[in-house]
Amino acid sequence: MGAQLRVYKRRIRSVTATKKITKAMEMIAASRVVKAQRKVAASTPYAKELTRAVTAVGTGSNTKHPLTTQAETVTRSAVLLLTSDRGLAGAFNSNAIKAAELLTERLEREGKQVDTYIVGRRGLAHYNFRERKVSESWTGFTDQPTYADAKKVAAPLIEAIEKDTADGGVDELHIVFTEFVSMMTQTALDDRLLPLSLEDVAKEAPKGEILPLYDFEPSAEDVLDALLPRYVESRIYNALLQSAASKHAATRRAMKSATDNAGDLIENLSRLANAARQAEITQEISEIVGGSAALADASAGSDR
Amino acid sequence: MAAELHVALVAADREVWSGQATLVVARTTSGDIGVMPGHQPLLGVLESGPVTIRTSEGGTVVAAVHGGFISFADNKLSLLAEIAELSDEIDVQRAERELERAKAEGDAAAERRADVRLRAAAAR
Repeated sequence: MGAQLRVYKRRIRSVTATKKITKAMEMIAASRVVKAQRKVAASTPYAKELTRAVTAVGTGSNTKHPLTTQAETVTRSAVLLLTSDRGLAGAFNSNAIKAAELLTERLEREGKQVDTYIVGRRGLAHYNFRERKVSESWTGFTDQPTYADAKKVAAPLIEAIEKDTADGGVDELHIVFTEFVSMMTQTALDDRLLPLSLEDVAKEAPKGEILPLYDFEPSAEDVLDALLPRYVESRIYNALLQSAASKHAATRRAMKSATDNAGDLIENLSRLANAARQAEITQEISEIVGGSAALADASAGSDR
Repeated sequence: MAAELHVALVAADREVWSGQATLVVARTTSGDIGVMPGHQPLLGVLESGPVTIRTSEGGTVVAAVHGGFISFADNKLSLLAEIAELSDEIDVQRAERELERAKAEGDAAAERRADVRLRAAAAR
C-alpha cells in the first residue's frame, strides 16, 4: 500500500471513531432533553398554584414586603447568570454570557453597581479568566437541577435583597437564563426577578378568573412572608430547568452537526483514498506493461 | 353522594396526589386545621407535619409535608409543599436512621423532618 493511501486510511479511521462518539453524545443529549422537558412539565403545577396564591395575597391585601417594594434609588443590582458545567453545546454558554454582559453594561450605564452570581462552571471560568469579581457561584448540578439546588441558589440572593444597600445588600435582582422555546430554538434572555411586581404576577395568572376573598392563616403578612421566597425559589428552579433543557438541546444540535460534518469528511476522504488507490493501480499496471515491453524488446533484440 | 372537594397535593417537582376527598386535616403555623367541602376561601402557611386526606372512597391518605401552603377556594384545595411524600413512599428504616443521625448531630431541622416522616408512616 502506498504512503498516500495509508495516510488517507488512517484519517478515515480516526474520523469514523470521532463520528461514533459524537453520534452517541447526540443520542444521549436527545434523551436528556426529553427528560428535562418532562421535569419542566412536572414543576408546572407547583409554579401555577404558587402564582395563584401570590396573586391572591397581592390583590386581596395591601401588605408591603421588602421583596415587592421598589427602592427609590437603585444603587446596586445583582445579576444571576445561569450557564452549564460542561461545554460542547455550541453557542449556548457564550450566548448566555453575552446576554449577561449586555445587561451588566446597561445597568452600569444607569449608574448601578453590579454584583454577579453565577451558576455553572463555564460562566465561572469565563469570569475568573477575566479576573472579574463574582459574588457567589454554584457548580455541579446544571445537568439535572433539583429543587434543593434552586433553594441553595435563592437563599443568599433573598438575603442580599433583604439587607440594606449600605450593608452590602442589593436593590434588585436580574436573572439571565436560556429559555427553552422549542427543540430548535433556545434564546438567552434577562428578566428582572426582584423586586417583584405583583401586577406582573397577576398577569401570569389565568385571565377572567375572579379570585375569592381569602381567609389568611395566620395573617396576610405572614403568608406573604412565607410565600414570596418560595415564589422566587420556584422561579429560579424553573429557570434552572429551562437552562438544563436548552443546554441539552444545544448539545444535541452541536453534536448532530459534528456527526454530519464527520460524515462529509469521511466521504471526501474515501473519495481521495479511492483516487489514490486507483492511481497506484494505474501506476503498477503501467510499470508492468512498461517492464514487459522492455523485456520483450530486449529478448527480441537477442533473438536477432 | 356526600359533598366532595378536589385535592391536589403538589410538591415542587411533581404532583404527589390528587383526587376527591371529604376531609383534609393539615397543620398550619397556628394549629391543626380541618377543611371540609364548602369551607370558606383560605390561604395558610403549613408547618412540617403529616397531612391526612380522607378520600371519597372512604380510604385515608397520609402524607408527610415539609413546609408549604394550603389554599382552598371553589371547593378546590391545593397543598403546596417543597417536599411531600405519601406515607407508603416513606422508607421507615431510612427515616429512623436519619432521626438517630440528626439527634446525634443536633440537627434540629433534620430531626423534625425525620420525625414527621415516621409519624406519617405510623398513621397509615
